[in-house]
Amino acid sequence: MFLNFFYALRKNGLDVSVGEWMTLMDALEKGLHHQSFTGFYYLARAIVIKTEAEFDKYDQTFAEVFRDVPFEGPVPDEVMNWLKKPKDHLGREFEDEKLDGFYKDQDFKDLLKKMEETLKKQDGEHNGGTKWVGTQGRTGYGNSGWFPNGIRIAGESMHRTAMTVATDRTFKDFRTDKTLDTRSYQMAFRKLRAFSTDDPTAEKELDIEGTISDTCNNAGNLKLRYKNPRKNAIKLLLLMDSGGSMDWYNGICNMLFQAATKTNYFKELHTYYFHNCIYETMYTDPRMRMQDGISTEWILNNYSSEYKVIIVGDAAMNPYEIVEHRYDWRNKTYQQYSGMEWLERFKAQYRYLIWLNPEPLPQYRNFWSQTHLDLAQKFKMYDLSVDGLEQGIKALMARK
Amino acid sequence: MDNFTTTGFRGDDQYVASEDLLSTVNIAMALEKPLLVKGEPGTGKTKLAEAIAHALGKKLIIWNIKSTTKAQDGLYVYDVVQRLYDSQFGTSGVEDIAKYIKLGKLGDAFTSDEQVVLLIDEIDKADIEFPNDLLWELDKMEFNIPETGETITAKKRPVVIITSNAEKELPDAFLRRCIFHYIEFPDQAQMKEIIKVHFENLDEKLLSQAMAAFYMIREIGNIDKKPSTSELIDWIRALSTSGVDPDKIKKEIPFAGVLLKKDKDLVTLAKNLR
Repeated sequence: MFLNFFYALRKNGLDVSVGEWMTLMDALEKGLHHQSFTGFYYLARAIVIKTEAEFDKYDQTFAEVFRDVPFEGPVPDEVMNWLKKPKDHLGREFEDEKLDGFYKDQDFKDLLKKMEETLKKQDGEHNGGTKWVGTQGRTGYGNSGWFPNGIRIAGESMHRTAMTVATDRTFKDFRTDKTLDTRSYQMAFRKLRAFSTDDPTAEKELDIEGTISDTCNNAGNLKLRYKNPRKNAIKLLLLMDSGGSMDWYNGICNMLFQAATKTNYFKELHTYYFHNCIYETMYTDPRMRMQDGISTEWILNNYSSEYKVIIVGDAAMNPYEIVEHRYDWRNKTYQQYSGMEWLERFKAQYRYLIWLNPEPLPQYRNFWSQTHLDLAQKFKMYDLSVDGLEQGIKALMARK
Repeated sequence: MDNFTTTGFRGDDQYVASEDLLSTVNIAMALEKPLLVKGEPGTGKTKLAEAIAHALGKKLIIWNIKSTTKAQDGLYVYDVVQRLYDSQFGTSGVEDIAKYIKLGKLGDAFTSDEQVVLLIDEIDKADIEFPNDLLWELDKMEFNIPETGETITAKKRPVVIITSNAEKELPDAFLRRCIFHYIEFPDQAQMKEIIKVHFENLDEKLLSQAMAAFYMIREIGNIDKKPSTSELIDWIRALSTSGVDPDKIKKEIPFAGVLLKKDKDLVTLAKNLR
């Protein structure tokens, strides 16, 4: 039953499991939708959707599957008139037969053809019934009827309660593919973890197994033993693009930084800033003043390959900025490495390195987006959103 | 039991629930699945469990989750240290392990002779793996105590209600076993109902002025911590007992400290009032 709804939900990225679907069927059998369309809307939502962030997608899918298609073709005036003002109001409830497959899914074209034929043969007003164009009926055409996927001609559709809820999209603001507050970033960072008991500085806790064993060996005299607690052993380097085209994304980068530091969750976290591309100097402060400079060589020498690296930047720059060996005015020589070569060195040293980009991957190649596309080929690049960060963290955690 | 008729839970005199919330509660009970309730702080998630227990005439067992809570704590605790300690002094009964097994809240709910309502409050406070550790226990309604070889099985399947503030995302496998409900912030009409439950003979003018001011404050963009239902109720209590002139409420917002808990928010409000 409703398999098209099930597949539409899955197609729209809602991860509905067969188990949940069977639960829904079970619930329908028990009559928990109270024989109403609105009841069905809430019932299905309570069972298959588990976060308010997905209510919006659910609403959209629901509206898509159970919508009635407005009909734009020619309809005789008198038919139109009683479609708008039915003489008698049948006031029926939405019935079980709908759920029992009484209303088959129809191909829209067939339905349209059938309706046109029916219109030709029709002789008068019809309210209720299963054959003619009319109101409150069960054919696929007319209005105020009980036919999912039907064609609505004029009038208001009746089984609107569920549909209004669904089409209102009240939960738009909860979607996770939007960029959210630091908390959701923090939660994403929580997934970046590898527990270890190696940290000698951590406060010790009672080792019960060990204490029992020691006490036994000690002829029954209590001898306590302590052990190291399990702590996150992840060390993280956060390298952030700052200034220029990145100013636009200040807010969101700031949030990511806040989340990473506030989590206070990593064994070590070091943040450095660069402008556009990594060169021989990075900075400890986003303002990148001279006195905050630190040699990139030093960073590579001091942070071993066990560090996980997240580069944050829009990768949009003038292509020569990436390949050119810049001229060092102070030493009057050309730099040994180009931006690209620096990036390559990071990639070679750190097996776990991802790039978060606040700008989505461009569709077309143009002057400013070509470096973005090129770098996306070289690095594991993800969107700087909660979803993107989660995917990226998965890549950072993958065993290699 | 008046509130639990053939249609199930209907809300009670202390708790006003929206129609879809009522139906979700009944769905969870009929399908014998845990009900996961999410919502803004102060929308009455915890109160819901109390109301259900009250309406069903059942005992409520509350398991408050803290950041240090382990799944094991809810099942049972084996007091090893006490046993070791006792053994040192030759206290009698040391050989009886069962003496040192103390059941947790989940254990209590399972061993109760009558059906109870079990509230697992703020499950998202615990470690990220916590819900996964409870999968089997909540599914099968039983757990094993290896120390004594005993299996505790629920005598009567408890009605399980779980609340979450969405601080952490819950694992998929866990979510799939739950019925989900999100409590939206009540609209003005619902809010009036809620307040009327808490106050008798409240001055209509005071109520409408207070409500208008409350929703106005919630609309202010820069407020960090928006006032919630419980703060509104406290505020109205303060207003009505002090006999403030209702006409002044919206202009002056007396006792604003009851509504807003952060200094910064109070400053923002003051700026907006000018």
